[in-house]
Amino acid sequence: MHIVDRRLNPKAKSLGNRQRFLRRARGEVREAVREALKGRKVAEVDGGEKVRIRTKSLKEPSFRSGRATGERDFVLPGNREYMVGDSIRKPDGGAGGRGNKGSPDGEGEDDFVFSLSREEFLDLIFEDLKLPNLVKARLKDMKSPKPVRAGFVTDGPPARLNLVRTMRNSLARRVALRRPSEAELQELERLLGEELERSPPEPERIAELEKRIRHILHLRRSVAYIDPIDLQFNRYDRVPKPSTQAVMFCLMDVSASMTEELKDLAKRFFMLLHLFLTRHYREVDVVFIRHTTEAKEVDEESFFKDTETGGTVISSALQEMQRIVAERYPVADWNIYAAEASDGHNFDDDMDRCCELLTSSILPLTQYFAYIEVNEPTTGTPRESIVWSAYSEIAEEVANFAMQRASSPADIYPVFRELFSGAEKAA
Amino acid sequence: MAKKLKPRVPRRPLYEGADWTFDLVKEAYDEIERIGVGEMGLDIYPNQIEVITAEQMLDAYASVGMPQMYRHWSFGKHFAREEALYRRGHRALAYELVINSDPCINYIMEENSMTMQVLVMAHAAMGHNHFFKNNYLFKQWTDADSILDYLSFAKRYVAECEERYGIEAVERVLDSAHALMNQGISRHPTRRKARTLAKERQRELQRREYEAETYSDIWRTLPRSAEPREVENKAGESAGKLALPEENILYFLEKSAPKLESWQREIIRIVRMMAQYFYPQRQTKMMNEGCATFVHYEILNRMYDQGLIGEGAMLEFLHSHASVVFQPRFEEPHFSGFNPYALGFAITRDIQRIVEEPTAEDREWFPEIAGSGDALAVIKEAWSDYRDDSFILQFLSPKVMRDFRLFEVHDKSAAPFVNVTAVHDETGYRRLRRALARHYEAAAQDPDLQIADADLAGSRQLVVHHKVRNGVLLDKEAADATLPHLAQLWGFRVRLLEVDGETGKTLKEHEALPMPH
Repeated sequence: MHIVDRRLNPKAKSLGNRQRFLRRARGEVREAVREALKGRKVAEVDGGEKVRIRTKSLKEPSFRSGRATGERDFVLPGNREYMVGDSIRKPDGGAGGRGNKGSPDGEGEDDFVFSLSREEFLDLIFEDLKLPNLVKARLKDMKSPKPVRAGFVTDGPPARLNLVRTMRNSLARRVALRRPSEAELQELERLLGEELERSPPEPERIAELEKRIRHILHLRRSVAYIDPIDLQFNRYDRVPKPSTQAVMFCLMDVSASMTEELKDLAKRFFMLLHLFLTRHYREVDVVFIRHTTEAKEVDEESFFKDTETGGTVISSALQEMQRIVAERYPVADWNIYAAEASDGHNFDDDMDRCCELLTSSILPLTQYFAYIEVNEPTTGTPRESIVWSAYSEIAEEVANFAMQRASSPADIYPVFRELFSGAEKAA
Repeated sequence: MAKKLKPRVPRRPLYEGADWTFDLVKEAYDEIERIGVGEMGLDIYPNQIEVITAEQMLDAYASVGMPQMYRHWSFGKHFAREEALYRRGHRALAYELVINSDPCINYIMEENSMTMQVLVMAHAAMGHNHFFKNNYLFKQWTDADSILDYLSFAKRYVAECEERYGIEAVERVLDSAHALMNQGISRHPTRRKARTLAKERQRELQRREYEAETYSDIWRTLPRSAEPREVENKAGESAGKLALPEENILYFLEKSAPKLESWQREIIRIVRMMAQYFYPQRQTKMMNEGCATFVHYEILNRMYDQGLIGEGAMLEFLHSHASVVFQPRFEEPHFSGFNPYALGFAITRDIQRIVEEPTAEDREWFPEIAGSGDALAVIKEAWSDYRDDSFILQFLSPKVMRDFRLFEVHDKSAAPFVNVTAVHDETGYRRLRRALARHYEAAAQDPDLQIADADLAGSRQLVVHHKVRNGVLLDKEAADATLPHLAQLWGFRVRLLEVDGETGKTLKEHEALPMPH
């Protein structure tokens, strides 16, 4: 008898089945993911997800006897009071016949709940989204590999030939196979020369020397100085270069006009953007700047939780962002993204300053600037806010600026998609 | 239970506490084998015990208990479902999994306590193993020594097909073949001699070698004849020449479907082989579990008597044994038919009782075995020569029927009531026994479908008959979902006629065309 420990066998042996299953259920799973996203909180956003899907495309049908017609007998256990001839009312759904049906996988179920891993969940979210300004991203993407020395191999391009190792091998082989050295040959040739000049010549001695020289030449021909088996090449592994980093600025108006609901909307937008960035960059810094008439950098907690009273000066936030970029995030090393959320209110005379700041200093720094305007749900077309109308002009001219409206959690996801697909077209 | 009251031989138990180690498992196995083979005379394949994690157990579950199964999305689906149920705590995992192979492979989970490992080894490595090796159905239908090789061949073959023809093309064939799996079984061994799985593998390898040797790229450039050649050869063949009617639909498709490529036929064949391999398991589920449960019960008790396991371990064992053999009443919410462990164990234990301490009733019902003395001999004979239905017909005693409080009901679909037709009394015993045996007849569980006619010369229409028993038609929704799969493999129109078994009247008709893709 053997006992084998299989616990260390490669994990996820069923991965292939899993992938086939997800591919099969793709449409349904995607729907479920979209639904799930609507109800998610920030704290949960970076994890897996339990999804419930319809099993429409996952049926495994087979011929089986129906219940609708015919007669059948079956035996049941646990009789307490019944006598022959008694009638028992059938339970609803004809469950009385269960004794006949042992189908363990419950084909009848319409819904099917299972868990998606974080990766699978996110993949589905971002399935058809692309990062804007792909050029820069690609240049700095963490996938860009860097060669790292990793030992030696026996095959490779000539440029990678490792001379020292190759010669060491060659020498060892030559010694082992007793390849005559150049000096030996020269010595014999010198002796032969001497013999030839000597008078009277000694033909036997000459013949002997010539024979030895021929032999040496033969040996030297058959044992190469450098043989292919001596060759050693440097080997390089391509290791991903962890150079990519991005910073994401979240700008939000927290004046009294921003209600909890509106902030919640904004939060989901930030959340998605953040997720998206973490997928593409190894390190993503997030800077939260909230503003009323003044802007302040805060932590995430107070960014979303605290409310302040006062008016709204958006330019203050832009200035603050500019300052932080200059101080901490040199443009050469960081991909800068900014997302601004507001309800569209601003002091009238601040708008010009905002546009000026954006076009002249902020947009040139950023990969992408997204503005989202959150509204209470209204019927009809929303009234155009002053921020909206001022930003619209920028959006027409600049490719890396986009803006959208949202009024319910369910709007956020489409908004998000549209933002990036729009940028893709523009880029 | 009387045994346990005997004075115990003073011996230090093998282990204390719940933790197990490889040495302990080995030591325990040796004792189990000593009792199982030495004392009880079980006849087993050599055992191989493999320790796996819960995840690996789920994995194995999902691919119908076979670790080497080919890839298919349905296994991924089962895994996802099992995993979800398991994570939410709705379902406990099996403690073990055993493969009918030589050597017999037993999977045990690392989470099990030492007592559970002992229980599991007694159950699977002795009980199931003995059953696999000795039951006539397994002997007849499954090749324990080549199943693992065949599985890995099948897996590789399917993977190669996926590479060559695309995952989706392979998936379509597998989906359709899986839908017809229950119709892929030859129930009568005499008609066609079953080829061993090793030969199967050999056959396919040779075929492919030949293909590779004779392959010429030039042929590829020749225009394909519009008419598949096989059809031409077969044109004009009558149903008689095709050996119709044919109950094994997958076999028929593999041999005669006009449009299939050879790799598609091979895949159908693989599915058919799997169906056939699992067929004995379905026919003997109750007996097999009864055998394993009886064996573990016997071995654990003997181990306790010999002082090999302590009182705590014994209590733990009895606790889980009791939950394994629990049979809910028919009205209880979690009732889902007979618990094969409960029924199998009860009947087997009862044989022991009848042989050793028969009552007058037993002498009347079982004159050949009552009081014959050697219970194990009788039981072992039953394990090797019977299957579920015949086992019940032969050995279900009035006492077990009383213990289970069995009753029979008659159900007319149209009526709002079912009628009680037999209870466990003098007049009802035989009727109950017959009815329960019929329920366990594997052939009676699957609807009786047969290929009745195939028009190979003209319309290429395929006609399938469902022989209707007692007016029970096919589930319409299921039939409508399954028939297109048949049409898919056949390649042309398929008609399914539901024909009354007695009157020969056609009660219902379904039709399907192959789906375009």
